[in-house]
Amino acid sequence: MHFKARAGQKLADVVLQENLRKAKSKFVDMRARAIAELDDFEATREAAKVLRDRTLDDLDLWLERFELEATRRGATVLWAKDGAEVCQRVVDIARRHGVKKVTKSKSMLSEEAGLNQALEDAGIQPVETDLGEYILQINDNEPPSHIIAPVFHKRKEEVSALFARVHKLAAKTDIEAMTREAREVLRPHFLSADMGISGGNFLVAETGSVALVTNEGNGRMVTTLPRVHVVVTGIEKVIPTLEDLATLMRLLPRSATGQSISNYFSLLTGVKHAEDQDGPAHMYFVLVDSGRADLVGGEFAEMLRCIRCGACMNHCPVYQAVGGHAYGWVYPGPMGSILTPLFAGIENAVDLPQAATLCNQCGVVCPVKIPLPDLLRRLREKQVEQRLRPTAERLALTAWAWLARHPALYALATRIGVRYLKWLAGGEDRIRVLGLAPEWTLGRDFPAPEGKTFRELYAQKH
Amino acid sequence: MSSREDILGRIRARLGRNPDNAASARAAIDSYLGAPDQGPQPRIAGDRVAHFREKSEAQSSTVEEVLTPAALAPAVARYLARHELPRQAVCWPEFSGLGWREAGLDVESRGVLGTDLVGITGCFCAVAETGSLMLCSGPETPAALSLLPETHIAIVPAARIVSRMEEAWRLARAELPELPRALNFISGPSRTGDIEQTIVLGAHGPYRVHIIILRGH
Repeated sequence: MHFKARAGQKLADVVLQENLRKAKSKFVDMRARAIAELDDFEATREAAKVLRDRTLDDLDLWLERFELEATRRGATVLWAKDGAEVCQRVVDIARRHGVKKVTKSKSMLSEEAGLNQALEDAGIQPVETDLGEYILQINDNEPPSHIIAPVFHKRKEEVSALFARVHKLAAKTDIEAMTREAREVLRPHFLSADMGISGGNFLVAETGSVALVTNEGNGRMVTTLPRVHVVVTGIEKVIPTLEDLATLMRLLPRSATGQSISNYFSLLTGVKHAEDQDGPAHMYFVLVDSGRADLVGGEFAEMLRCIRCGACMNHCPVYQAVGGHAYGWVYPGPMGSILTPLFAGIENAVDLPQAATLCNQCGVVCPVKIPLPDLLRRLREKQVEQRLRPTAERLALTAWAWLARHPALYALATRIGVRYLKWLAGGEDRIRVLGLAPEWTLGRDFPAPEGKTFRELYAQKH
Repeated sequence: MSSREDILGRIRARLGRNPDNAASARAAIDSYLGAPDQGPQPRIAGDRVAHFREKSEAQSSTVEEVLTPAALAPAVARYLARHELPRQAVCWPEFSGLGWREAGLDVESRGVLGTDLVGITGCFCAVAETGSLMLCSGPETPAALSLLPETHIAIVPAARIVSRMEEAWRLARAELPELPRALNFISGPSRTGDIEQTIVLGAHGPYRVHIIILRGH
């Protein structure tokens, strides 16, 4: 099933529509307030764009620098070409350290790779600890619908029923009690896990550190309590310095949730020191390619600047109408409509680049100035070049292109066309069923033309 | 070929990397790391401590100020009593001699357990711009103490409040031989908005953060 079919279902989903409406105003309004706190938001955006491009323009060397510093501090840096290698590396690490249980803070890369399934297959228990991700995991591994608010699409009643069923406790009615219940269920897992897996918001080359942003504190738990810490993140996340991190931290929480700063922002460097009471004795980085390396230096390279804030989807009229599941893979909204075809193959996501109005709301709010509509348009061009568009559309456009190059025939065809449409309207000012494209009039009427073309009317006047 | 070589090889090919441009690009990286760009810095209007206080409160922390170290333990006792919280707590070793018993509290300096309800820490510094505490992990400053208990009380000397995150990095570079395993910026109690975008305090970490600013110290 493709975007178009899924979108139809989502538009008809009453609960989803209500949640989308509520969430839209929260994310959009809160971001607007938060960016107003910065004296010069535009200059900060520009600085962020420059610093992201700095590492992407010499990505090989910055990655080598990061690897050197991280290794110097006792971490092990591993590389993974694709999701299968991510799973293999992580399972290997778990086996090497005799790990039975893994606590996880949110990692989109782990979603990309299907890591939970691989861990389970290897007899290792993965426990998602971000409240939203946890809800999805216990609901039979349902996919997330938003990159920073995974259960964006759920009503509290659904969560309440799910908790009652899975936790076997009395159903709670208010959100506070449900959150407390999840805390109490997850706390023993935090304390007993042998290994923690986190994503990484940024990798700092200067210090070999990973920067991690969370509100719940689960990111801190999984990177502080278990004896092994594995960071699974993309190769494009590397940035130069701590100063650059400060600049990005002014943008990321504001763009994501409208917060001035997230509750917890951790900079994690290497393994615990000999005398430390807590922290992992082993730290691994799994740096993931999965389609990223092939974007470097190319026409879609700007997409690698993305810091996964979700502002583009929060402000997207299409996302606001259909939610994240309609997009069919890990990344929804405008960034997803670009990343999914690039990572999963253009031919496997033909309708995603069309799932946009190109209104440029996303481009305006993007904190690292990615020209998202331009990239969407470029993907559409690729589809045409690779002959991936439907036959009817290709034939129609070929016919139109031929006609448009023959002005006399074009004039004749349009003269016939408008008269036909006027006849079809039968004296009304609208057409209820459009003969050649009946789908177009399923949800709306087609305005009837006056019966003469613009060129005819112009010629009469002059 | 290893995955590392495969990935880096493809990046190098796409960037047109050769020995000449690699040498000059490496030199450019070294010089950038020696003198990094500073992004636009938001103005911190007025008094830094007042700004820190305002931002912390906006983050749902509570803040009070005391004038002497001797006033710390009574302030903690009053806070715990006001919120009907237990009078037992765990603290960092540097605060073990603050006169807790005299203030009617039972405060131990030891490793934190999952069942401890109140944790008392200091901080490396604090950032006025965002109302954040910056804590470094270490043998005497375990990271878990600001995380596991339901209530986190932080003692912040006013002199350690800096304007922005960049100044916090400057202090860290000047005072620490190397970065600790964990450097945590804490801005208010733990929270989640995952269910219906409704903010709930106390997701996995503390339900409340109380900051005691120590003036003139």
